[in-house]
Amino acid sequence: MRYFFIFLWKHSFFFLFLIFEFISFLLIVNNNPYQRSYVINSTNELTGNMFSAFTNITEYLSLKNNNKTLAEENAILHSKLNLLLSNKTDSNFNISTDSNFLMLPAKVLSNSTNNRINYLMLNKGKSDGINVDMGVISSTGIVGIVCRISENFSSVMSILHKDAKISAKIKKNNQLVNVIWKGDDYRTGTIEDIPTHIEIVPGDTIITSGNSLIFPEGILIGTCKDFIKNTGENLNNAEIIFSTDFNSLSYVYIINNLMREEQNNLINSLPDE
Amino acid sequence: MNNVFIINIIRFIFLVLFQVFILNNIEINGYVNPYFYVYFILLLPFETPKWLLLSSAFLIGLSVDIFSNSLGLNSAACVLIAFLRPGLINTLTSKREFETGIKPGIKDLGFVWFLNYSIILIFIHHFALFFLEAFGFHNFWFTFYQVLASSGLSILLIILSQYLFSYRTKV
Repeated sequence: MRYFFIFLWKHSFFFLFLIFEFISFLLIVNNNPYQRSYVINSTNELTGNMFSAFTNITEYLSLKNNNKTLAEENAILHSKLNLLLSNKTDSNFNISTDSNFLMLPAKVLSNSTNNRINYLMLNKGKSDGINVDMGVISSTGIVGIVCRISENFSSVMSILHKDAKISAKIKKNNQLVNVIWKGDDYRTGTIEDIPTHIEIVPGDTIITSGNSLIFPEGILIGTCKDFIKNTGENLNNAEIIFSTDFNSLSYVYIINNLMREEQNNLINSLPDE
Repeated sequence: MNNVFIINIIRFIFLVLFQVFILNNIEINGYVNPYFYVYFILLLPFETPKWLLLSSAFLIGLSVDIFSNSLGLNSAACVLIAFLRPGLINTLTSKREFETGIKPGIKDLGFVWFLNYSIILIFIHHFALFFLEAFGFHNFWFTFYQVLASSGLSILLIILSQYLFSYRTKV
């Protein structure tokens, strides 16, 4: 220890120099925005690279486990799929509590998200019992409505469509609203014309209302991101984030409302005003 | 000793004020800015204790920084040249020339000695300063041009003030 102090004393000039330079450097980094951002950015890049390298390695190590769980999951899904294909009316596969909705899995063949009007092409058509105006959902939420069918394929108008209007409700208080898409970002939709007495806060869940005969009640649409108060108007707007990632859809479910015809007939029999 | 101390304090204050109120407002060509206040570090007596050398360099750099909103930049460059100064003086000066009571300047050590001395220190100072400001060696030649042009101007000012002030005291 004594020699250490002797060493320090002997080179005190150099160490004093280091101390002063260190102070100066701290001052530079803490007080000059440009230099500070430079340091933060470069350290971020360094730590980011280190983290990604680390996860690459750990991912590789857990590959075997992942494969195993995926294979197990595949087996379960296959057995369910077979059951579904062999018995289309098996009530186990109704996602809604209403027993008059059926789900049919389908693969997405083509998909777009960057137009004002977006369509999906599915590998199920007339021969599979698909009809126009059936709803389409994915495992994460609402997708769209079948609008044209051929023998083996169907075309789906996704809710990313400038004319799409989905009857929805706020989960916490069952207030009815309409979800539309304004045509900009495929991740966000808009709730238009919210009466002023209805308050939506960011984080509120928006689900389908079940009023439309197309979707059963309770399918997830998205969560509220922003509530926009239109001062001086009666109706407010809200931004929502769709729960479905439209850009990465690969499997969807087509929803068949078995009682649709009956309900339609009933509605049509009502006297016009 | 006391006298020298007071002279240096006055010089310190004068040079900082001159730097921040006059020279920092002169921007020739947009980015050439002389840093004349380094003159203070050049003129500190040879007998100055090393710790005082470093501390006063740090202080004058910091003072200029406070006024020009660039905290740490000038002080880092000044501490660097204060650290290099004793070694440079030893290599430039032969033992024979070194008598007590000698002050760094043209008067005592000659024009060539002082020119070499100030060119080296000023260049190092400006180099450190401008590259710390750019914070890296991207745009190297542009920054290097800034360093060269500003160093030239600072050295010119320093030599000029040597003739203006040092010789008058001799008379």
